[in-house]
Amino acid sequence: MLNYLLRRLIQAVPVILIIMVGTFLLLKLAPGDTVDALVGDMGGADPQVIARLRAEYGLDQPVWVQLWIYMTKLVQFDFGWSFVHEQPVATVLMDRLGNTLLLMVSSLLFAVSIGCVLGAIAARKAYSLTDNVISTLGLIFYATPSFFLGLMMIVLFSVKLGWLPVGGIQTIPSFYKGWDHVKDVAVHLIMPTASLSLIYLALYMRLMRTSVLEVAELDYVRTARAKGAGEARLMVHHIGRNALLPVITLLGVQFSTILGGSVVIETVFTIPGLGQLAYQAVIQRDMNMLMGLVFLSSIVVIVVNFLIDLLYASLDSRIELS
Amino acid sequence: MSTVDIGISAAPVSGWAVLWRRYKRNRAAILGLILLALVLVMAATAGLIEPVDPLRRAGEPLIPPFTSWATPLGTDQLGRDILAGIFHGARTSLLIGIISTVFAISIGILVGSISGYFGGWVDDALMRITEAFQTIPNFVLLLALVAIMGSSLQNMIIAIGIVSWTAPARLVRAEFLSLRGREFVEAARNLGVSDKAIIFREILPNALPPVIVFASVIMAIAILLESALAFLGLGDPNYASWGNMIGMGRSVLRTDWYCAAIPGVAIIITVLAFSLIGEGLNEAVNPRQKKS
Repeated sequence: MLNYLLRRLIQAVPVILIIMVGTFLLLKLAPGDTVDALVGDMGGADPQVIARLRAEYGLDQPVWVQLWIYMTKLVQFDFGWSFVHEQPVATVLMDRLGNTLLLMVSSLLFAVSIGCVLGAIAARKAYSLTDNVISTLGLIFYATPSFFLGLMMIVLFSVKLGWLPVGGIQTIPSFYKGWDHVKDVAVHLIMPTASLSLIYLALYMRLMRTSVLEVAELDYVRTARAKGAGEARLMVHHIGRNALLPVITLLGVQFSTILGGSVVIETVFTIPGLGQLAYQAVIQRDMNMLMGLVFLSSIVVIVVNFLIDLLYASLDSRIELS
Repeated sequence: MSTVDIGISAAPVSGWAVLWRRYKRNRAAILGLILLALVLVMAATAGLIEPVDPLRRAGEPLIPPFTSWATPLGTDQLGRDILAGIFHGARTSLLIGIISTVFAISIGILVGSISGYFGGWVDDALMRITEAFQTIPNFVLLLALVAIMGSSLQNMIIAIGIVSWTAPARLVRAEFLSLRGREFVEAARNLGVSDKAIIFREILPNALPPVIVFASVIMAIAILLESALAFLGLGDPNYASWGNMIGMGRSVLRTDWYCAAIPGVAIIITVLAFSLIGEGLNEAVNPRQKKS
């Protein structure tokens, strides 16, 4: 187990290094550097001061020295200073990370659980009306942009029916306490979760349907049926577990896409998370913030993929971790 | 693959005819073609609906749909004709979708074929880079690229291509891995054919079909990415775009929600068309894979 963990960590190192170099290159490509932003923030400075600042930030060094400094800082999660927020980038990011992770986890859970159940139902009743309805809905969900779905839900559930709040993550910060607070956040998360997860729900549903159809034809399922296992037990115990494997694999592949999708959804529902931060960083040209976001979200993706691998291994006993 | 003429020819049924026969068995795939035709007609006739500028003022602001002959789908808060926006938006979406897909697939083919053909450390290095690109959330990278390069139509196409090449690269690599040990490749190598010629003239034509099928998926995603960018107001302001229309409609959502709903339906139809076609092509190319 420990060996496996270690090997996975070592495999992630080159990818992280490439991403570090990549963000550095993007920063270099962007018009203006830290000192330009700083000077702009101060309202101008004379050339001597600018030259001294450049020296202080190491910007007069050769590029590879700058890259080295940049990477050593990134390793310590020092993403530089945000001139828009007047705070270190890392502080702002950590403030917002929780909301985004909450949205991610709720969307993924929703997409996987509902998607798998619907997919399994469609597969067990293959080619029936139920199957056709589920499959058609899946295709339409898959083609619907999440932000559009979000807006239409706002029209229906907030404007017309008045059931759900238009946006935000809570009514007023720390207005409710204890369970009321949890309930308040949950109500605010319903529409963002639904609109972010429907595309993935459709994907998992289709995959689960194909996968269940495939597994249901295997010999061991016939054996179980011959031994008198009921349909429900067959589905949950014998077919479900194996049919889930491709879904779990896709979950890892898709996670970075979902994280990207949250940019738009957080903007639509004004949720103060990483996604909204990314959008604001582009508008305000806060490059340090943007690159910090690229790096942090990549780390989140790597960690999640790692966890998914562990989950996969625990579901599929044929895989040994050692 | 170069073939040697041995004087025997199969029945004169071309591969395309077989493919079409299999494709048309799938009703959903035919629906996809019809929807695509609809979008193509919109793009082709956009000039007839509004020859000058779809972004000009065409009437009073916020005329509801189906109430005026001059603006059948109504107008937005700036008095712009929604119908004209939809038709010209079809042009923009298709343009961005097609060119960025071609761009993404070209990078994918280049990386995937070199990686799969040479293997070894070249493969290792290229695959780590591919993984890095797959790890960074694609929309976040897209935002970063647009922030740096600016959001002209051309730069958006480049940026969308840069975030979409990894999947075709992996696909091409897998094909190359399974093809590079085949006899026709060995034969070509023994004849002294150069690596470049083996990659592009011997293996690539055999590796292409799955990539072409996958193109429709990339196209659908590219159109969604562009609409999301435009929705956030980060698209090219000089072109009519469905995403941008939805973004504008957001501010009048409470009273005039049709401003956002109509372009949304246009996006759904277009993306649906490409996914249905992709699925139909996939089943036609790999009939044995069809389980459902």
